[in-house]
Amino acid sequence: MDTYYKPEDLPKFGEIGKDAPDLAKKFFDYYNAVFSEGELSEREKSLIALAVAHTIQCPYCIDAYTKGCLEKGSNLTEMTEALHVATAIRGGASLVHGVQMRNIAKKLSM
Amino acid sequence: MSDTIPTFLQTLEQHQLALHRGPTEILQVNMGLLCNQACKHCHLVAGPDRKEIMDMKTVRQVIDFQKLCAFKVIDITGGAPEMNPNLVYLVENISGITDTVMLRSNLSALYDLKDDRLLSALKKNRVTIVSSFPSLNLNQTDSQRGKGIFDRSIQMLTLLNQHGYGQKDTGLTLNLVSNPTGAYLPSSQEATEKRYRDILYKKWGIVFNNTFSFANMPLGRFKEWLKRSGNYDDYMMELHKNFNPCSVPGLMCRNQISVSWNGFLFDCDFNLAAALFKGTEKTHISQVKTCSFENDKIAVDNHCYACTAGSGFT
Repeated sequence: MDTYYKPEDLPKFGEIGKDAPDLAKKFFDYYNAVFSEGELSEREKSLIALAVAHTIQCPYCIDAYTKGCLEKGSNLTEMTEALHVATAIRGGASLVHGVQMRNIAKKLSM
Repeated sequence: MSDTIPTFLQTLEQHQLALHRGPTEILQVNMGLLCNQACKHCHLVAGPDRKEIMDMKTVRQVIDFQKLCAFKVIDITGGAPEMNPNLVYLVENISGITDTVMLRSNLSALYDLKDDRLLSALKKNRVTIVSSFPSLNLNQTDSQRGKGIFDRSIQMLTLLNQHGYGQKDTGLTLNLVSNPTGAYLPSSQEATEKRYRDILYKKWGIVFNNTFSFANMPLGRFKEWLKRSGNYDDYMMELHKNFNPCSVPGLMCRNQISVSWNGFLFDCDFNLAAALFKGTEKTHISQVKTCSFENDKIAVDNHCYACTAGSGFT
């Protein structure tokens, strides 16, 4: 195995159901329901998925939702802005813990 | 990989389907390959250097063909049909002998020509304008269709609205055609229309009647680009994977016939690009003596997968 991630593995996702079909069915039914049109459009859901994919750094998901976003009518500017939202939250999550740092430092310091 | 997908004919047979004509109600008239744009997805490789355009003799033969066959809809396309000097003559002389005339416009040709005589003829004859408008995004549009096309398209849509096109109760229909700006399938027509309606109105005050979403055809310049960019095999696989047998009865080739700039018959404009003539031999419209096309076999090849992917190409 020269690499853990191969693009040709993505279409094999469904094979995960071979040894636990009931659980896979529950998962894929849920998955499909999540991504179908609701109060949020399919396009908006794909943009969220793309941002999350980058946060969890899943190459399969990045591949799937880059294409998915384009197919739903999004453009590269919108997709890049979605990534910045993920980045801001991710960076913000680090920075906001600075409050804890400050609280602890304050307690320890004269 | 494209060699490993079954042929379109095999896929039809696998689903116990056959492609034959129903009643033929639409005549598509390709006025030539001359175009002011050289879009990367053009199945006909149309462009500014192309010399093939429909001459007046063939235009008159098209009118005679319409008198013989009484098609309900005349669908004028190109290239950029606006650049053919015989377009006004065709519109003026065919409108009275059919129910609907449609003009497929890339918008920028109409904008650049600033031809008041043409615009007046279109309005007077209630010609439906079907405009290419692939994306709401400037970069996506210009990368497919050429620099500056998005802005000129917006300006022409605004002008068409001012002339009453797309407005309520004017009888002047303005439809938009959206297609992907790359090697992927189009979004749903319903979702596209909703988004186009919201954003075009909010940003530019533009209104229109309907949108149509079409997949790009793996022929001509788009096929060349797919091959050059390494996307061809995956794209063909995607089209095949999305083959929808339910789309077959409603395919446009079942009720439409296409005539090329030099007067020859094809089952559709894509077969024209692929040089797949209608029937077993090359037929010129001037040779047609009766209009019994029903049940005729339709010529197919693997590009037909683009018409059957998802909800289909109608």
